[in-house]
Amino acid sequence: MFAYILRRLLYAIPILVGVNLLTFALFFVVNTPDDMARLQLGAKHVTPEAIERWKVEHGYDKPLLLNTRATGSAQLTDTLFFQRSAAMFAFQFGKGDDGRDIGNEIRARMGPSLAIALPVFVIGLLVNITFALLMVFFRATYLDLWGVVLCVVLMSISGLFYIIAGQYFIAKLWNLLPISGYAGGIHGLKFILLPVLVSVVAGIGSGSRWYRTIFLEEIGKDYVRTARAKGLSEIRVLFRHVLKNGMIPILTGAVVVLPLLFMGSLITESFFGIPGLGSYTIDAIQAQDFSVVRAMVFLGSFLYIVGLILTDISYSWVDPRVRLQ
Amino acid sequence: MNLDAFHFVPVLLWTDALIFMLLIVALATVWWIRRHAHLRAPWAAVARRPMAMGAALVLAVFVIIGLLDSLHYRERLDDSPPDRPQYSVEVLSVFDALASRLRTQQEKTYSAPLAMHLYAKEFTERDGATVRDYPRLKYGGAHLKQADEYISDIVRRVFVGLLQGLAGSLLLFGLLASWQARHRQMKVGSWLSAWGTGHLGWPGRTVVIVLALVLMLGAVMARLAAGYHVFGTDKVGQDVFYISLKSIRTGLVIGTLTTLVTLPLAIVLGIAAGYFRGWVDDVIQYIYTVLNSIPGVLLIAAAVLIVQVAIEAHPDLFDTSAARADVRLLALCIIMGVTSWTSLARLLRGESLKLRTLDYVEAARAFGVSHARIISRHIFPNVFHLVLIAIVLDFSGLVLAEAVLSYVGVGVDPSMYSWGNMINGARLELAREPVVWWQLGAAFVFMFALVLAANLFADGVRDAFDPRLEERR
Repeated sequence: MFAYILRRLLYAIPILVGVNLLTFALFFVVNTPDDMARLQLGAKHVTPEAIERWKVEHGYDKPLLLNTRATGSAQLTDTLFFQRSAAMFAFQFGKGDDGRDIGNEIRARMGPSLAIALPVFVIGLLVNITFALLMVFFRATYLDLWGVVLCVVLMSISGLFYIIAGQYFIAKLWNLLPISGYAGGIHGLKFILLPVLVSVVAGIGSGSRWYRTIFLEEIGKDYVRTARAKGLSEIRVLFRHVLKNGMIPILTGAVVVLPLLFMGSLITESFFGIPGLGSYTIDAIQAQDFSVVRAMVFLGSFLYIVGLILTDISYSWVDPRVRLQ
Repeated sequence: MNLDAFHFVPVLLWTDALIFMLLIVALATVWWIRRHAHLRAPWAAVARRPMAMGAALVLAVFVIIGLLDSLHYRERLDDSPPDRPQYSVEVLSVFDALASRLRTQQEKTYSAPLAMHLYAKEFTERDGATVRDYPRLKYGGAHLKQADEYISDIVRRVFVGLLQGLAGSLLLFGLLASWQARHRQMKVGSWLSAWGTGHLGWPGRTVVIVLALVLMLGAVMARLAAGYHVFGTDKVGQDVFYISLKSIRTGLVIGTLTTLVTLPLAIVLGIAAGYFRGWVDDVIQYIYTVLNSIPGVLLIAAAVLIVQVAIEAHPDLFDTSAARADVRLLALCIIMGVTSWTSLARLLRGESLKLRTLDYVEAARAFGVSHARIISRHIFPNVFHLVLIAIVLDFSGLVLAEAVLSYVGVGVDPSMYSWGNMINGARLELAREPVVWWQLGAAFVFMFALVLAANLFADGVRDAFDPRLEERR
């Protein structure tokens, strides 16, 4: 098991290097440090010396991929790409354009992101499974049919609509909860309720329909027929057999996104003014702060790979037939 | 061809060209499928589903509007000399020409749906004194002399529209009945009774009812739009109904052209990985794990920012702002396509892995059939249903994604009509008193109609094509 995890972590390195190369190509080759300097300095102050000075100040005064003036391995290591990427692997993200340390920002903003994402994940899972089980219990009746139609209708509504409608009706018109904002601790609860509620409702359509298909697939299997033949009640069959086995694909599907919860949700956080990583990213995109965006891309990829490894481990854990080697 | 004789010059934007190419491919595919019984069978199953057929009809309305809006041209300026004609920088479409009233009847600023008065108060001269009041609109309800005619005028328009729609659908229904009766060599009466009891073999009742509803809705809208702004006007006084209709094309382009980019990548790489295995598989798996591991929005945002920089650096490449916006739309489609082929490729890889071990593929290989031939004759036809299901399922997701991306600021060009831009421009106006809700409302209603129709149609297609679902039934 330990050897397996170690090997998977080693496999992750080339993938992260690939991610870095891709984002580096996107950000630096097309938008060179000279362009960045010109953008930051503004049209007035652009002189070749000023650009050089800006590049030295911000650490961009190296060749991009290959340093022809250096010798030996320094040809590859004394470059912008290597310096920037190697620092990433040590989780040293440097400073954003506003001069703040990105690593500190990430640590500070993880909490608010999780405060929204974790409840959404857990409550969403419970609500969706409940709806899916209800539809499966009444399968092949009109209740099931209309349940599916309702799911499709809910799925067809834009996620932005749920947020805007929730903010308008619940917060503005009925004054039940604050429109946006955030506070730590127990006082923060009133700020968290609305985004969580909106996100859970927005996810019901696709989530419960997906789980319904999973449960329906289980219900056609032989062990269910055996259980019925033993004379078990339908409720017992559903909860003791179908639910348990259906949880295997559901849980393993959920494990992939578990680490990514740290990243928060771009849209929800920016609408509700949550100072999490999602709103951090969206601000960086809008301000074209490439060092922040790169850091977030790296973090996201890293968490995704962690999620993949966790999925494999959880497979072998919930299903003893699967062995890791 | 000498175009000087005309009063316009046709404009073929990049997305127009691709849309019409797609249309030709689609028509060719339909023709191909009609000739092969085994391909026809699942589509016949789709055609038997009332929900899918009703949705297809609604989709067809959207597609027709989108296609009309893709035939672009530029008008000749009236004062330009005949020997050296000059053309307007404004790119119009056939749809614009049909809806020219909606396009040109511009008010000063916001006005509510079906309103006669402007949203904001203004100082106006009345009877020699200056009063501050809501001024009458220039076009909306301008034909009414007195305000008390308003209600009766609206009711009359709705009523006339309903009657026209009903008459139109009855006429169409009559034509359908007589054509079908002759086609099947039965009496019109017996066809009607088969239709009424639902024994046609296709969901005739649903189709006719949906058709009647669509026609009535269209007629009512047309009646109302002739005298009012049905969905009000936006900040600069433009008709929101017109903007919503124009946005249909943007939504359709994103939903279809993105898939067009996805398909070759997903099919070639997915099948190659599954069929050849070995190092080919390793390389392709590496590529898609890398792409997959980058959060989608971030990758799209990065690429769009770069395209934006590139477009701004070369303003001389585009002769009109429409051409610039169009290239950005195309770039968005390509970027979304490049970032979203991975899930389909993984699916195709898994299926090809299974297929390559089947006896008939082994036999073909033993006979020395080339790889290209095995893939095109044996592998591809057997994974095609997965491709088709992916196309129809992805469409609605892409339409919804456009709104989110435009909100983030990395969607379509801000000058382009799209539901995402409508939502983005209107969402801050909710804080106003009284609330400006009609822009948001119109965008969400149109988006919902298109996405719901697409989802219901996709469900029908999936149920008909997915062999796993077949076994369960």
